[in-house]
Amino acid sequence: MTNKKTLTGYIVNFIICVALVVFAVMARSLGMQPKVSTMIWQCCYFIILACSLNLVLGFLGQLSLGHCGFMAIGAYSAALISLAFQRAGFYTEKSGPEFMLVLVICIVAAGILSAIVGLIVGIPALRLKGDYLAIITLGFGMIIVNVINNLPFCGMDGLSLGSASSALYQNGLGFVLHQLTDYLWLPVLLVIICVALMFTFIRSKYGRTIKAIRDNEIAAGASGVNVSYYKVLTFALGAFFSGIAGAIFACCNSSLTTGSFSFTSSSILNSTFIVVMVVVGGMGSLTGSAVSAVGMFLLNYTIKNGKWVQALPNFAQQIFAYPMLVYSIALIIVIVFRPKGIFGTYEFSLVNFVTSIPRWPAILKEKFGKKKTEEVAGNE
Amino acid sequence: MLSISNLNVHYGAIHALKNVSLEVGDGELVTLIGANGAGKTTTLHTISGLIKATSGTVTLDGKDLQKTPANTIINLGLAHVPEGRHVFSQMTVMENLYMGAFIMKDKAKINENIEMVFEHFPRLKERSKQLAGTLSGGEQQMLATGRALMTNPKMLLMDEPSMGLSPILVGEIFSIIKELHEAGITILLVEQNAKAALSIADRAYVLETGSIAMSGVAADLLEDERVKKAYLGA
Repeated sequence: MTNKKTLTGYIVNFIICVALVVFAVMARSLGMQPKVSTMIWQCCYFIILACSLNLVLGFLGQLSLGHCGFMAIGAYSAALISLAFQRAGFYTEKSGPEFMLVLVICIVAAGILSAIVGLIVGIPALRLKGDYLAIITLGFGMIIVNVINNLPFCGMDGLSLGSASSALYQNGLGFVLHQLTDYLWLPVLLVIICVALMFTFIRSKYGRTIKAIRDNEIAAGASGVNVSYYKVLTFALGAFFSGIAGAIFACCNSSLTTGSFSFTSSSILNSTFIVVMVVVGGMGSLTGSAVSAVGMFLLNYTIKNGKWVQALPNFAQQIFAYPMLVYSIALIIVIVFRPKGIFGTYEFSLVNFVTSIPRWPAILKEKFGKKKTEEVAGNE
Repeated sequence: MLSISNLNVHYGAIHALKNVSLEVGDGELVTLIGANGAGKTTTLHTISGLIKATSGTVTLDGKDLQKTPANTIINLGLAHVPEGRHVFSQMTVMENLYMGAFIMKDKAKINENIEMVFEHFPRLKERSKQLAGTLSGGEQQMLATGRALMTNPKMLLMDEPSMGLSPILVGEIFSIIKELHEAGITILLVEQNAKAALSIADRAYVLETGSIAMSGVAADLLEDERVKKAYLGA
């Protein structure tokens, strides 16, 4: 019974993933606006970023405030590697098998380099707990931005203006607008692969082990778990996936500046905001993180670009001029009414959702029936 | 089986254990009693490698435990049930038991052991799908003990299993400890509830401000005037 259900689950999910990729491949011929495809690219890296932070924050239970640092490493290594290949004359235009190969190499290398840095940071940092770890990772996020700024081949002004090159999109990975639509399948495929990998990780014995460490380190140690090993492993894994998110970021931007990754970045791409995404979505729910990442991104987008904001009364418009204010209010509301986040530790499953539809009338009836009897009781 | 000789432990400037020596033979149930702060938990933590001793030796079947990392001691057949019911609260009872079998690879053996634990603790079987954090205090203690049993340990270190439990549950837990002892498991039991501990143990050590004050056959200590006065409230 259970096996049959999981099998249907696999098949349904597989079909949906294939459908998504096919849709992404056909985006150009469907006449998708470049604006929309840019948004999808952005959503994709936010999803990977939030899910990878959830591995560390939600499942391992360690607060990391420097997640965007790993993303910066991923973005810069992907961009620089692609530039190196281009200068070596390996590819001349952004199509064809050579470019595909470079793309794959860049993305994998971005992940691996981030993971290595994650290891280097994680081994000393994860001896600390709670606030101290948060401070260390916060420091790391700031340090990495400064290090990149001062590397001669990255340059203070970023990859578009610095000593490294002329505009990134002319030479390296960065895609121009119409290419973003052409290559829309790339981020979609990466999201599917990364999230699927993270799911397999948390559903495996490793996932159970890191949840055990989150719940009780002493008892985990007493059961024979090498606590530091699993902590560092998970930290590096989170760094790996945020490196991949960084590579996607590098692809959909015409230039890179470290300002985008700094802690004080005014956009929603800063480490604290990713933490907010995870907390709102639910610590310990990957689907929650994904939904909340997309939701937060769209909220940010509509506040900044939506016409409906102008229709609001004047004082509301003034509030909306400071989007961070709106997010903090949203966060407070979520913390007060749903302290565990929107999804809690619940994972959304399409198969369960669909199979539960026939039961809805009964559930609703039960709820309404109860309400009615309560009302009757109240009237009496 | 377990032997400790001239163990000294310091927390900074505080000399927590002073020349503690004790022996636990094969299949014995030995209890270590004493007041708050006497060093009972420190002794257990030193045995299981969570604290490093300044001097002295701890050996299990001739192997030096001081040189073994805390998380590999369980491979030697020594399972520690920590104080205060350390269960994995956000995981189900079943997952908790699987975590107990973390070092085991053989799935058939793991399932067999789960059945064995359910036999000892039928209550856990009824609650196998429940989150461990929602169990009652006594059930959590059962779960922590059951989890330690998952690896078929030769020896159990139990730290205050009666802490914070109602008198009925204390009786239940102690009868289970007796049951485990009769099943052939060597147990070192640390307790504040001296009367209950002495009534099921073979031998006992009394720890007073970091050193062993008395030792002997449990039944004799139960009748000893000094023990009666100091620990049994008589």
